[in-house]
Amino acid sequence: MTGETNLSQTTTAGSFSGAGLACRRGGRLVFTGLNFKLTAGGALVLRGPNGSGKTTLLRVMAGLTPSAAGTMSWNDKVIDDPDAHARNLRLITHLDAIKPALTVSENLSFWMTLWNKPDDQRLQKALQAFDLSRLASYPARLLSAGQRHRLALARLLVAPAPLWLLDEPGNALDTASRDALARAILAHRAAGGMVIVASHEATFVSDGETLDLGLFTPKTVVHWSDDESVEAAE
Amino acid sequence: MSVFSALLARDLRLALRQSADSLTVVAFFAIATVLFPFGVGPEANILARISGGVLWVTALLAALLSLDRVFTVDYEDGTLDQLVLSGAPLPLVVIAKVLAHWLTTGLALIIVSPLLAITLHLPMEGYAPLLLALFLGTPTVSLIGAVGAALVLGTRRGGVLLALLVLPLYIPVLIFGTAAVESAVTGISSDGPLLVLGGLAVLALTLCPWATSAALRQAVE
Amino acid sequence: MHRFANPTQFMRIANAIFPWAAGLAVVLFVFGLPIALITSPADYQQGDTVRILYLHVPAAIMAELIYYAMAAGSAAFLIWRHPMANLVAKASAPMGAMFTALCLICGMLWGEPMWGTFWVWDARLTSTLIMFFFYLGYLALGDAFEDPERGDRASAILALVGVVNVPIIKFSVNWWNTLHQPASLSLTKSNMTGDMLLPLFLMLGAYSFFYLAVLIIRVRSELLAAKIRNARMSQIAGHEAAQPAE
Repeated sequence: MTGETNLSQTTTAGSFSGAGLACRRGGRLVFTGLNFKLTAGGALVLRGPNGSGKTTLLRVMAGLTPSAAGTMSWNDKVIDDPDAHARNLRLITHLDAIKPALTVSENLSFWMTLWNKPDDQRLQKALQAFDLSRLASYPARLLSAGQRHRLALARLLVAPAPLWLLDEPGNALDTASRDALARAILAHRAAGGMVIVASHEATFVSDGETLDLGLFTPKTVVHWSDDESVEAAE
Repeated sequence: MSVFSALLARDLRLALRQSADSLTVVAFFAIATVLFPFGVGPEANILARISGGVLWVTALLAALLSLDRVFTVDYEDGTLDQLVLSGAPLPLVVIAKVLAHWLTTGLALIIVSPLLAITLHLPMEGYAPLLLALFLGTPTVSLIGAVGAALVLGTRRGGVLLALLVLPLYIPVLIFGTAAVESAVTGISSDGPLLVLGGLAVLALTLCPWATSAALRQAVE
Repeated sequence: MHRFANPTQFMRIANAIFPWAAGLAVVLFVFGLPIALITSPADYQQGDTVRILYLHVPAAIMAELIYYAMAAGSAAFLIWRHPMANLVAKASAPMGAMFTALCLICGMLWGEPMWGTFWVWDARLTSTLIMFFFYLGYLALGDAFEDPERGDRASAILALVGVVNVPIIKFSVNWWNTLHQPASLSLTKSNMTGDMLLPLFLMLGAYSFFYLAVLIIRVRSELLAAKIRNARMSQIAGHEAAQPAE
């Protein structure tokens, strides 16, 4: 797999950090006072019990969900343009964004064109990396759950972005595919990329730092006035 | 611009692969129109009198039915998350989606409307204004409908709710669309209503994509 | 503006206003209703039917004003994220819908003796009917989400979309109305005399203070509901967090 380093080369490596982050979901403070810092080549594993806000934090990091307090910085500059930030990242969630009526390669090339430019060689390499080459011309509706997930992961390789945000990427994957993902992450980091994984397992990033979200769950019952202090801090 | 063309191309390709969806909307348009002679009687002069209005009302309802799906599928399968993260201005994404929707349903409705007009005995002078009015009015219908479709994402009763939100907003298009046909039939120039329809389309194009973007952003939060 | 963004501050001011608003509403209703419905002179053309207008016209004014208030609150909520602005908008909507319904019912009751039919597609009545649907849509959307906070932003956007459309719809309906019924008797064409203005303003005042008083009650109960929701949510979260992590 010599092509992988080539695939995941990043354009603007640097650092990604957050300070004093808090998030409210459905009227409840999920986490508060959360800090993190990630530099080029770094990895971060998000842990914590159900409901501690791993998925929410990933969506905050992606700029989809606004944080109730705190700031995030890219290369030590506060992120104020969500669109510019979005161009620096790839987000993989349990929703695979696959259109069943399109073929595997059509699905992939759509995202490639959207993010970058059509490049057939790159597309083939991305398919190959997740063992999808022989399925390329099949409609995606024929894929199994694991194959669909691999197709979603292949999106990481079709257009370079320095930050990968992965939500439980190991689900529905067999051992070979897990290895493929681990290799892709390794190559991405070797090229200066950053990875943040919400996962129960450590197989993908053995040497990454760990952030336990359970530590940031508000301990006391949150009253309305407490929520206000969060907003005032904003 | 690559985002715009990529998205437009993908949505058109999807619509082509699932062309039954567009055909169903056209079939609904036809059956809803055909109900009217049964409701008001087959007398040619009565049908001719109401034909413009009937075609407009049924076209609005048909467009509404198809609008329910504009963002729902993308919302449910996670595509919407990725589109918001595409890095392109979200209003541009919205315009691409709405244009694809209009090309696959609005245009289809326009094409079959003369056939349905025949069954309603629309007088000869009414055909050109009907087509022009539909051509100028249906983009507004798609644009306004997109706002509603984005707002009802994640609700318990999407389709019915969408109708309640959007149908009152369609009244101006309905008034001037029907007026364009009726003016021509009664021998008055239909330039005035057509001009207003064009104005409404421009207004909708400048405002609706922003409102839709705001609604989509809060939907993916 | 920031003073009002804080619920505690807001409620302090609102609680101070509340007795005055409620008291004035009662006083104005007690004095205004008999004047409007019994002691004011009958119109030389409309006779006693004119009394319906003392309920109808202020209701029409309230229906429109409350919609603008709702849109302003929604805009403040979307731009500055002030939760109180949204609460005011949300609490206003049912009141606006009620005044719109009152306006429509009075208009129909007035129309029967004047026009000989309960409903005429008069430009004003039609616009009010469409306004009623706007209110219904707003209420339905706010109620359609599992997560109440999701509904807040969506209905705020809808309120703004609606307020942009109000002038367009009024223009369209007026145009449509003149096209189809060039000479219809309008509700406001009759000459207003001083005798008529007094009950009109008394009723408008009564409606306004009634709106203000109920608005404060509704905002207060919304705040309490949010507090209960928060407490419940954190209890669930606390329970989950107490479980050992896997």
